[in-house]
Amino acid sequence: MVAGMLRRTWAMTWKDVRVELRARERVNAMLFFAALVLFIFNFALGPDREKLREVAPGLLWLAFLFTGMLGLGRSFQAERENECFEELLLTPGDRESIFFGKLAGNVLFMVTAEALILPLFGILYNLDIWPYLPSLALVAFLGTVGFSTLGTLLAAMTAHLRAREVMLPLLLFPLTVPVILGSVRATEVILAGGGLGEVSHWLKLLGGFDLIFLVVSPLVFEFVLEE
Amino acid sequence: MGRGSSRAWIFGAAAALVLATGLYLGLVVVPPDAVQGEVQRIMYLHVPSIVTAYLAFTVVFCSSILYLWKRDLCFDAVAVSSAEIGVLFTGITLATGCIWGKTTWGVWWTWDARLTLTAILFTIYVGYLMLRSFAEDPQAGARYGAVLAIIGFLDIPLNHMAVQWWRTLHQPSSILRPGGTSVASVMLVPLAINFAGLSLLYTYLLLERVRLERIRHRAAEVRLKRGRRG
Repeated sequence: MVAGMLRRTWAMTWKDVRVELRARERVNAMLFFAALVLFIFNFALGPDREKLREVAPGLLWLAFLFTGMLGLGRSFQAERENECFEELLLTPGDRESIFFGKLAGNVLFMVTAEALILPLFGILYNLDIWPYLPSLALVAFLGTVGFSTLGTLLAAMTAHLRAREVMLPLLLFPLTVPVILGSVRATEVILAGGGLGEVSHWLKLLGGFDLIFLVVSPLVFEFVLEE
Repeated sequence: MGRGSSRAWIFGAAAALVLATGLYLGLVVVPPDAVQGEVQRIMYLHVPSIVTAYLAFTVVFCSSILYLWKRDLCFDAVAVSSAEIGVLFTGITLATGCIWGKTTWGVWWTWDARLTLTAILFTIYVGYLMLRSFAEDPQAGARYGAVLAIIGFLDIPLNHMAVQWWRTLHQPSSILRPGGTSVASVMLVPLAINFAGLSLLYTYLLLERVRLERIRHRAAEVRLKRGRRG
């Protein structure tokens, strides 16, 4: 049974990845948007390197989250625009595999964007991030999973609303404050040279958030999809 | 359905009476705080408001679960009504907190842990109300609202932890704390009375708001039927 669910989840993710590989609608837009955000920050803050170093963790995560939001919004809207929502509901098996499949795709796209943002950020702002890459990757992954889990659930919900483009960030940002705070603080300590031991409480918070909503979201996802 | 109103006014009258007593005690009878002076009296509204807001959001959470389980629109009416009143009381808490902060800390707003948490709470439930107003189909709106209410309520303890670790400047809780309360009992009396008064007010508003919601449902039904016949 678990094997069947994994297979269906994989099928859902692979479908999204394949659509992306052919149409290149989402990731291209996300990458370009991310580059633009980094570009714009520079005008907002000026060239003062000391000041930049201070606000770098926050900027980095703003770039991550805004870019992620762009991708999340597309994940169910695209199904709706192509009139594939009903077909999605007709997929055999339980709804959990739809949720996890969509979630895996969303995490994948967001991580891809982050993998570009991070080095670009280091280069453009002349920050020495290279020795900290493994710890930063861990924080980024935990934060991305938490953000995408609630994001996937809410994207499915807002896809049916009027003003859907506005509603997703309005609902998602307040709910993911623990993720934002945890990731930014942990990134701050890591960039200042602190080890993973110093941020263990933030990592636990991020892990706890991920765990709670990875369990609860698929349970309530069923009610969102009902027609 | 009109019968509900005959009982609701009792709660309204009781709320007015109890709140008048509590406010009279708090604002006139009880001596001002030794350190903070007269401005401390705002606590008699501030503290009971936030407790009532939490009560309201707990009701939203429970009735949302009941709605998803039983599919009775009655539970949804309770959820959306309670959320509105909860947002109102959170707003009162924020406003009174700002006034108190300006005179005590010297600033209208500071990113202290509990202030921030209250602000997050406010944004989550304002989002809930916006979601409700943007849903085209009332059944779908009820389902989405219930899901959001469950997620939002589970989010509160996580937000609490995150914000607590982030910063703490607010004075520590004075009533519920290890080693007994630090509030003089003469101050506790108006606090307790006002809490009872605001709970009564909450009950009154909830009953009336639920009645309004049910009238709306019925009006929609009638309109639907008439449309079919015509």
